[in-house]
Amino acid sequence: MYPEPLPFMGRARNHLAARARGEGTELNLVFPADQGAVRGALKTAMRFLRAQDITPGQSGSAELVLAEVINNIIEHAYRDGPAGLIELRLRLGEGELLFTVLDDGLPMPGGNAPKGRPHDLDREMQEMPEGGFGWFLIRELTEGLDYRREECRNSLHFRMRLRPPPAPN
Amino acid sequence: MNLTHQDIGDTRLIEVREPRIDAAVAIQFKDLMRGLTESGPERIVLDMSAVDFLDSSGLGAVVAAMKAVGTGRRLELAGLTGMVEKVFTLTRMDSVFTIHPNAKDALGGGLANVS
Repeated sequence: MYPEPLPFMGRARNHLAARARGEGTELNLVFPADQGAVRGALKTAMRFLRAQDITPGQSGSAELVLAEVINNIIEHAYRDGPAGLIELRLRLGEGELLFTVLDDGLPMPGGNAPKGRPHDLDREMQEMPEGGFGWFLIRELTEGLDYRREECRNSLHFRMRLRPPPAPN
Repeated sequence: MNLTHQDIGDTRLIEVREPRIDAAVAIQFKDLMRGLTESGPERIVLDMSAVDFLDSSGLGAVVAAMKAVGTGRRLELAGLTGMVEKVFTLTRMDSVFTIHPNAKDALGGGLANVS
């Protein structure tokens, strides 16, 4: 990915390579919206998360949320056309993980991210839902979810709290 | 996707030998499960102890497998690991399935070669 260093690049190349490997407290990934590439991107994201000071439960939740968000982009935003690109930015903030996910697909219906209401499970076995859990899980596991349509791009931000916020003085 | 099975008394034990049931393999999982549950014992136990990641597509596929088994027969689950268990709990699907801590418990400790 980053071949021979060029003199004019200085330390930039090392910095870029470290970010792509998921070192440091920030990760930026761009990958095609297909299942194979998604598995690879999640793997890199997990390597980044495991290197941070967070619990396995927290990194597991982050992986689940990312998988759900990305699956929705593949299934809905890019449903009409050839698979486009997905950009993922992960940043470790003060006691929280910050996520940004971008795509160039179709906007979310009604211009809003789905509410993700829980299913009513008081029903016959043959009537049990087989889908519609994704947004519910995303909403349950994240905070401050913000969706914006920016020209022809979808921009989704959310965060995951890792520690309780500091008590006010 | 690798699923193995063996019949023990009145139970068919199906073991998922995959670390992930996600969107990439959900349809394949559903199809394989249908093939393994079309006939055979009326009680089916799905051992998921090797699965460390299940997303909503995977959860949907497990629900579909339960529905395909039909009434009169039943699909139970065993060995849900950390994040897999969390997905079942958050969606309250843990109230829909019978869930055993592990395959041995599901079989009542009846077989020595099941670990």
